Amino acid sequence: MLLRGVALLAACFVAGQILGETLGRLLGIQANVGGVGFAMLFLILSQNELEKRGLFHLEMGEGVNFWSKMYIPIIVAMSSVQNVRVAFSNGLLALLAGIIPVIACLALMPLLSKLAPKD
Amino acid sequence: MEYIITFLDKNGLVFAFLVTGLIMYFSEAISKTLTRGKIPGSAISIFMGLVLAYFAGLETLGKKGIADIPGFSGFEIMGGPMFRDFAIVSTAMGASFAIIKKTGPVGILSLFLGVIISFSVGVIIAYALGITDAESLTTIGAGACTFVVGPVTGTALGASSDIIAISIAAGVVKSILVTIGTPLIAPYIGLKTPQSAMIFGGLMGTTSGTAAGLAATDPKLVPYGAMTATFYTGLGCLMCPSVLYFLMRAILD
Repeated sequence: MLLRGVALLAACFVAGQILGETLGRLLGIQANVGGVGFAMLFLILSQNELEKRGLFHLEMGEGVNFWSKMYIPIIVAMSSVQNVRVAFSNGLLALLAGIIPVIACLALMPLLSKLAPKD
Repeated sequence: MEYIITFLDKNGLVFAFLVTGLIMYFSEAISKTLTRGKIPGSAISIFMGLVLAYFAGLETLGKKGIADIPGFSGFEIMGGPMFRDFAIVSTAMGASFAIIKKTGPVGILSLFLGVIISFSVGVIIAYALGITDAESLTTIGAGACTFVVGPVTGTALGASSDIIAISIAAGVVKSILVTIGTPLIAPYIGLKTPQSAMIFGGLMGTTSGTAAGLAATDPKLVPYGAMTATFYTGLGCLMCPSVLYFLMRAILD
């Protein structure tokens, strides 16, 4: 049962990522377009569907939950393989072009938040 | 000694679990004793990861942080895009489809604004620092989006390799800044609801930075932020070498 959960997650991952890759190809760009997002939607929808039919076991959820708890350790590992040296050694232009656009975008947060529907 | 390093490289993933566990253990201890829990342990451990990557980069002159140190190659698997994306997808379980659907339109708006504003500001900075040709300006503007959009755009337009390197560096700076800065700025920009996380993901883009920053802020927000951020790089790769490049040429002519 545990592995069925992991397999469900893997199925959503593969389907979503392939959809993202295909979409990228169709648009003629060398990038994955929203693969992770599609995979997440598949997972949410399939979980809802299985729950409706009473096929979603608690233990299946644990198989998925394990990975969502592994999330932070994986992010820690990810940050330790970043090319941090290059980020700080490529001069003023790289630093400014990395920092100032972020600040400009953050300034829009409050405005866009007002447009978001409340629940 | 050599056989131990060979052993560690062969069993790289398991060794990476061990080392990451130690990093997180010490970060938790630092969080409790030095900051009295004010800075979450997860934020400290992500920061420690970046610091380790920096010193490893100085030491080995490689591109892959501590994965370039003999014995630590397993970090490339554990911290690589496969596990990262797999774990991000798993966080979607229990996320509310209703909220995603309702916030969808604002999320899409934030995606477009995020790409266009990052690009424009990046271009203005490059121009101010003396770069004048449309290809180089576009490439650096694309690098201000994410470290994938920069080189994809630069390659498509035939920009020089040092300009492409700067565009990658700008994207990496952005990703690190978002990773470290998100938990610090979250209270001031109202980043506490799933809706705001979706807008944040759209504006920032950088999936790794957004996901790590939100994880350190509130893990419940991760799926919502990642949901929009995952479309950003694709949108950037779509717009920068085409519409935005033509726009640049029209402006410069």
